[in-house]
Amino acid sequence: MIDVNALIGPYPFRQIPHPDADVLVRVLDREKIGRAWVGHLPSAFHRDPTAGNKELFAALTPHAERLKPVPAIRPDWPRWRQSLAEARDAGAVAIRAYPSQWQLGPHDAAMAELAVACGEARLPLVLTVRFEDLRQRHPLDVAGDLTAAAIRSLARAGEEVRLVVTAAGREMIEEIHWSLTPAEQARVLYDISWIWGPPEDHLAKLFQTVGSQRFVYGTQWPLRLTQNPRANLDLLPDELANAQLGDAEKF
Amino acid sequence: MNEPLIDCHAHFLHERCGRSDWQEVNAARFRAGEKIGVTCHVASILGTYGFMSPTYFPSPADVTLGNDAMLAMSKATSKGNEKIVRMMVTVNPNHTDHALAEIERCVKAGAIGVKLLASRRADDPLLDPICRLAAQHGLPVLHHIWQHRRREWPNQEISDGADLARLAARHPKVIFILAHIGGGGDYAHTFHALEESPNIYPDLSGSGVDRGMLDDAIKALGAQRLLWGSDVTMCTGLAKLRALETTGLLSADDLKDIRWRNAARIFRAGSFEGAA
Repeated sequence: MIDVNALIGPYPFRQIPHPDADVLVRVLDREKIGRAWVGHLPSAFHRDPTAGNKELFAALTPHAERLKPVPAIRPDWPRWRQSLAEARDAGAVAIRAYPSQWQLGPHDAAMAELAVACGEARLPLVLTVRFEDLRQRHPLDVAGDLTAAAIRSLARAGEEVRLVVTAAGREMIEEIHWSLTPAEQARVLYDISWIWGPPEDHLAKLFQTVGSQRFVYGTQWPLRLTQNPRANLDLLPDELANAQLGDAEKF
Repeated sequence: MNEPLIDCHAHFLHERCGRSDWQEVNAARFRAGEKIGVTCHVASILGTYGFMSPTYFPSPADVTLGNDAMLAMSKATSKGNEKIVRMMVTVNPNHTDHALAEIERCVKAGAIGVKLLASRRADDPLLDPICRLAAQHGLPVLHHIWQHRRREWPNQEISDGADLARLAARHPKVIFILAHIGGGGDYAHTFHALEESPNIYPDLSGSGVDRGMLDDAIKALGAQRLLWGSDVTMCTGLAKLRALETTGLLSADDLKDIRWRNAARIFRAGSFEGAA
């Protein structure tokens, strides 16, 4: 099991307990999760992610077997292609981007270029729909959720594109999935961190319609309880109890 | 029976709520409840859930319709049945006479508490007659809450912990259940707002599973003030149940209190016969 949606570092809008790499390793042990793709949470809110990426690689180095770096690349920043190449060479397993926080719109050409470039480098692009529930956000947290329009635009950007969409709910996933051709659909995986279980059974319905192979395990630690996606899987109806999730590492 | 587990905040649908899948949703709650180990669902029905009148402002006719369906469901469950359901009677305080009559009618038929939505601000005087009747019958009042309201939201007259605290201060003999600390808004505001309101017990339900929320609730209010519940996302309820065991802040007795003993204490004696 791989957690594709873990982060380290503090969050600007509320205190989160112990968002550190060594704590994450202990949590993975407790939850019996093998590895995690790990991003640097503060970088989503920094203008320049360069320093955050350095912090990320340094923090994960002692835990290289378990924690895989997912640095952020900002495609409207000078020399971003070189940063991408350096990240790949340094062992990044994927790339994170935050178009909402960077105010890059749904049809931003730079984002499309980044998605294609990541695909050519065999690095999935990890997108974050939200960090917190809309209803609790700090008055200064005005970025808004990443939209389905932005995601489908990236999925259509090129054959090489591979997207891992995190923190999306059922409606958004359905909008994205059914607005794409079968070939485009195959370019997108979704983590299950923000999909509800019973009694509405959103996760079960998505497994039945979109297919469980389009979904991967994600917790959004340290913002959210690590126990949540496991609980969701445990509460699937019996007929879906053995549903197989997709494999982000072979994506 | 394993360790009891009382879901203090559950809802069921019914055939007049405008959804053809209402039975599947109810069945899913029971299915998940069995897996989680829920021994009693303390539940309400919110009118017609927007089909004939707004969910949070249900018409008197819809209130009665929902309560009738809830009564039928709670009567269909009994001691020895794995699907034990207890009823909270839903009322809209804007219709005082109807609300009071519904409470009397449903309590006689077995309701164990009152459910208030977001039909009127929690500290509004219109809630006083309802609270007086709740005190007379020993009924806890579950009040829908937005954790820190900073503005109005459509289709509801939302209240927060500070609003409920003012109502609770006027009715010190009534136990209030503050709905879903994970149900939207800033729960940190709620914990501060309740510090001097010993007759308010927050439930842990809601879709929010922020790390730190449970720890902060325990530290601010203590395990003896918290109730486990699921509301409409039972997966997050199970996640919180499991997370409670890892906080390092709770003894085995504390866990029992949150799982069921606090509920058993605040509801009338015998409310959970066969379930806890």
